[in-house]
Amino acid sequence: MFASSQAEIAQLFSFYNLLLLAEGLAATFVLSALGCFAGFVAGFVVAIVRVTRSRAMAPLRALAFAYCFLFRRIPFLVTLMLVFFASQSSKANLSTFAVASLSVCLIASAYLGEIIRSGLESVHGNQWEAAQTMNFSTFETLRFVIVPQAWRVVVPPTFGFFVMFIKDTALASQIGVMELTSAGKVLTNKGFSSWLVYGTVLVLYFVMSYPLSRFGKRLEKKLAATRNR
Amino acid sequence: MTLHFEPILQQWPYLLGGAWLSLQIAVLAFGFGMIIGLVCASVLRYGPVFLRRVVRAYVIFATNTPQLVQIFFLFFALPEIGVTLSPFTAVLIGATFNAGAYLCEIQRAGFNSVRLMEVEAAEVLGFSTPQIVRHVILPHVLKVMFPPLSNQFIVMTLGTSMASIFGVEELTGRTYNLSSQTYLSVEAFSVAAVLYIAVTLIATFALAMIGRHVCRAKIKVF
Amino acid sequence: MPQLEIVDLKASYGPHTVLERINLSMEKGEIVSLIGPSGSGKSTLLRVLMGLLPPEHGSVRMNGNLVNYADKAAVRALRSEIAIVFQQYNLFQNMTVLDNVMITPTKIKGWPRKQVEEDAIRLLTRVGLEHRLKAYPDELSGGQQQRVAIARALALKPNVLFLDEVTAALDPELVTEVLDTIRALASEGITMFIVSHEMSFVREVSSKVVFMAGGHVIESGSPRQVFDAPQEARTREFVGKILRH
Repeated sequence: MFASSQAEIAQLFSFYNLLLLAEGLAATFVLSALGCFAGFVAGFVVAIVRVTRSRAMAPLRALAFAYCFLFRRIPFLVTLMLVFFASQSSKANLSTFAVASLSVCLIASAYLGEIIRSGLESVHGNQWEAAQTMNFSTFETLRFVIVPQAWRVVVPPTFGFFVMFIKDTALASQIGVMELTSAGKVLTNKGFSSWLVYGTVLVLYFVMSYPLSRFGKRLEKKLAATRNR
Repeated sequence: MTLHFEPILQQWPYLLGGAWLSLQIAVLAFGFGMIIGLVCASVLRYGPVFLRRVVRAYVIFATNTPQLVQIFFLFFALPEIGVTLSPFTAVLIGATFNAGAYLCEIQRAGFNSVRLMEVEAAEVLGFSTPQIVRHVILPHVLKVMFPPLSNQFIVMTLGTSMASIFGVEELTGRTYNLSSQTYLSVEAFSVAAVLYIAVTLIATFALAMIGRHVCRAKIKVF
Repeated sequence: MPQLEIVDLKASYGPHTVLERINLSMEKGEIVSLIGPSGSGKSTLLRVLMGLLPPEHGSVRMNGNLVNYADKAAVRALRSEIAIVFQQYNLFQNMTVLDNVMITPTKIKGWPRKQVEEDAIRLLTRVGLEHRLKAYPDELSGGQQQRVAIARALALKPNVLFLDEVTAALDPELVTEVLDTIRALASEGITMFIVSHEMSFVREVSSKVVFMAGGHVIESGSPRQVFDAPQEARTREFVGKILRH
């Protein structure tokens, strides 16, 4: 078995196959990064809506709450399927990559919206009051006072979520997106041993995710140490 | 785009059966995962350096790689050394492998939350070690661990949906069957989504009730 | 015409009435102090006047004009005339001392930056913090933070200054520096509404003292009248207790 393994490894890591894996890696990374970034922006808007207090905003606030509540309680695979079939039957006919990006964005904005909201609410109420008595509008208070103080609490966990989305994108292989797991499938179909292929794929996911996890944890420690009050 | 929900809704017993299977997988994987987690957390606290490194490697690896690929590995790679697992078993083992790592981290945090001063006070008051564990350590540790454990259970319940990829007929699998039969895919998966929300809500509520009364842990349902 | 006139004011937190039948007036340049036991509604009165708690009943007039607290524009206009300093200083933690003082005039009121900066430095010098312009609030002591809060309020060029128990959260050694700052302001003729527990300071600085208890105004008059010759039994009881320290 060993002699053939050596030969097999050499064949597996041929230029073309390495390229395939690299493309899959890149696709996974871009998919998660895109979804995470778009999700952060959308989640930010959702969080701001949830933090408003005027009566006029009440229906939007309820909607934002429902959105965060629901999309964190649906499996990623189901969200993916929903977006996929909805895009097909509504004739929007998005590419599978777009479907997967949209799905990541949808769940990302729910998770990140929740965490940004809790970050904004973690800023002490007296900061709002001081701004209010000096005639700051809600938007001005958020811009000059609240968000600058909230980002320390919000940014570190975001890296952890980014890792979560990287792992979720593996499911996108099921609708045909050519990301890392699909690359693995292609290689096993070519005849390479599943040990080697899926072992390599696991290592590649690890190489992508672990540095991000570590960075997020270190950032959290660093920001918590310098936090005031 | 007009939606026809009736054909899907008619099949609610079928789908509910799938939801039940999802829960079962989650419960089993959680149960076995807790045992693995307990062993690993104990090793991290009391074990020899070499074993600690192994456990740390396991935890780091399992939490930074996708559960799907872990199960792919079990399902496709093991037959090459002669071990063929049924889809259900492969999914269960994969989910347990993944869960064990997260549950180890939660239990480790639980161990670390033990307040030494209380244990010393109990010792000085004449408590025997089993008494200390029962009256001082366990209540506090359970209270600290309960919210993250509940949350992990919900995450795992949602995670069972990938079992459908291997042919296991849990909720997502049955939904996929219905959608291929009826071509009402959007309707089918919408209903599945609602069912997952319902199941997780019921589970969260039940766990919150258990937590408040048994472990006196404060869990918010919303 | 009084600068600030409060007639028959009533306010509640839900079912609990916290202020009832409050009648008070302040002339320009007057320094009115509110004293009384905890929970008597002193701070609540300031909060209602600032529009942080809506009044249920009664009227507030500023320079003869009725203030409609339900109208957002009216509340904004009121807040550009009255500045408040809180017990917990409430400085913006993410900004330096100088930025804290400058932000409202520049970004909210839109005043020209150069002028605002000069005024801010002048105010901070006046409160004794010219060497800490670039410091952040968490690098300062409580007394220093409170003085910044006072400078910040003065930067708004208010007609009336509200001081809500500004020394209550400070260590005893730091109280003096803040009281000295307020004493200096008092001598400059700014209309001030002070809520305080510092009785000797109140007695020294005020032109009128108002004693409140249980959400009502019990008695009001010159410091001499209220402290030395209180007419109401409740006032006598309070004054008797506090002067024993």
